[in-house]
Amino acid sequence: MLSISNLHVSVGDKPILNGLTLDVPAGEVHAIMGPNGAGKSTLGYALSGRPGYEAVDGTVEWRGESLLDLDPAARAAKGVFLSFQYPIEIPGVPALTFVRTALNAQKRARGEEEVSAPAFLKMVKAASAALKMDFDMLKRPLNVGFSGGEKKRMEILQMALLEPSLLILDETDSGLDIDALRIVSEGVNALRSPDRAMLVITHYQRLLDYIKPDRVHVLAAGRIVASGGPELAHQLEAEGYDKYLPQAA
Amino acid sequence: MTAVDLRDPSTFPSRRVEAWKYTDLARALRETPPASPAVEIAPGGPFAGLGGEEIAFANGRAVGADAFVASGEQTLRLRFVSDATGTGHSASVRIAVKPGAKLTLLESHEGTGAGYVANYRIDMDVPAGAEVTRVVLIDEPGDAISVAVAHVRTAPGALYRQTTITGGAKLQRQETHLAHGGEGTEITLDGLYALAGERHTDLTSVVRHGGLNGVTSQLTKGVVRDTARGVFQGKIVVERRADGTDARMGHHALILGERAEVDAKPELEIYADDVQCAHGNTVGNLDESALFYMQQRGIPADEARALLTQAFLFEVVDRIVHEGAREGVRSWLTARL
Repeated sequence: MLSISNLHVSVGDKPILNGLTLDVPAGEVHAIMGPNGAGKSTLGYALSGRPGYEAVDGTVEWRGESLLDLDPAARAAKGVFLSFQYPIEIPGVPALTFVRTALNAQKRARGEEEVSAPAFLKMVKAASAALKMDFDMLKRPLNVGFSGGEKKRMEILQMALLEPSLLILDETDSGLDIDALRIVSEGVNALRSPDRAMLVITHYQRLLDYIKPDRVHVLAAGRIVASGGPELAHQLEAEGYDKYLPQAA
Repeated sequence: MTAVDLRDPSTFPSRRVEAWKYTDLARALRETPPASPAVEIAPGGPFAGLGGEEIAFANGRAVGADAFVASGEQTLRLRFVSDATGTGHSASVRIAVKPGAKLTLLESHEGTGAGYVANYRIDMDVPAGAEVTRVVLIDEPGDAISVAVAHVRTAPGALYRQTTITGGAKLQRQETHLAHGGEGTEITLDGLYALAGERHTDLTSVVRHGGLNGVTSQLTKGVVRDTARGVFQGKIVVERRADGTDARMGHHALILGERAEVDAKPELEIYADDVQCAHGNTVGNLDESALFYMQQRGIPADEARALLTQAFLFEVVDRIVHEGAREGVRSWLTARL
């Protein structure tokens, strides 16, 4: 279970998360919805340990262990995976090399045996076929010259291969057309399992038609201000976020 | 500009000489070093596995021939071996290439010992229809001083490719002067430096386009850590009659130490009207968002930095057309990073 308690995060001098408390039990998918500037991306960065997004107060535990003292790579080895809203281009590092390096680094950190090149290739072939990805694309430098949809598929492919236990999807639907959205969502749904928790960060309800959440939370001004079942997402879509915004005095 | 002569300290340029502004030889070397002793060396060197003929200089003394004439398809391993401590030596070598010959020149500057001074000169003529690929690998101790100057003349219709790879020294300079043949002549002039500690290297080149329609492509990349200093001085001169010249120069460096330094001086001197010339120069740090992205996927920070640095430098290595040399340089560099 992911357990976030009273999390405060400032970026520069600006407080962004102001006492965020949230529990996501293993096996569940929770959606975080909220207006622009509410702190949605900051939450993803704070959970994954991005420099500049350190917690000034509060606790974050995953499977009973505190995450906040770990560096990003150590968190990844504990199963934390942040799918980026804008995946980064890594010039000069072929996608295959990148993912294999990441997978084996995680395995080393966990004291597991590394995956051999042939075994890895076999895994990638199966996973990329399921996402309808061109295998040759994976020989190119990671994300360089990839379309928005290709980059998102690449994120899902990495998820499928790295098999994280805590998945944080930051605006995964942005930049996707309907076909790509369906393929990406199928990829995510295939990873749903009783021992995985997922946090789906999204501005729009659209993604939640494809990745059905167990719970929906509204993030506004750095806190969870409302929680409910899947119907809350539809209500937000219809009514907007106005009633959750801080009112001018 | 007079050549450096180790016997005459008045030939050691100081930074007051514009071309030596960033590499103050007079300051590092105040007087003539004692002459290096004769040493015995065995055949070999970093390119030994690639076969071909070998010409070697041990502490400046020729081991066998001191000149070479290339004909047909040949590989020459040109070795400058320094095995000296606190002494100095010089050598010069002339390489002739027959028309139509295809020469792979694998040059190594191999240093053992400490605090030596080495001074080399290479002269080469590349006639019409000849093709030369020169790969220079420089591996010297951190307290050595070395200066090497190459004068290369290419005729119209010649092909010349050069890649210099260096880990630097206390003070090190590699100078290339290239007379461009013009019509049908293609020049590639690349460089790569990976420096740490207090090392210094200076890659200086002058390409002079004297004929019509000459092509030059130059790419130098470097990475400096700690208090190391990389210097790139690239000059392309296009003379009045050299219309149709297409010359491109790029220098890109990563500064990975807060007190490391890169000095870049790209220069284009164009006296012809109808030319295409461009230069690009960037100096920066590793991309923070790329580093975080890699760490988020589980790659530890040091490994992520090494991978990004390697990828940055490998662009130059990938341009080496000779496969054996390319792979040799790649593993040398991987071990060094």
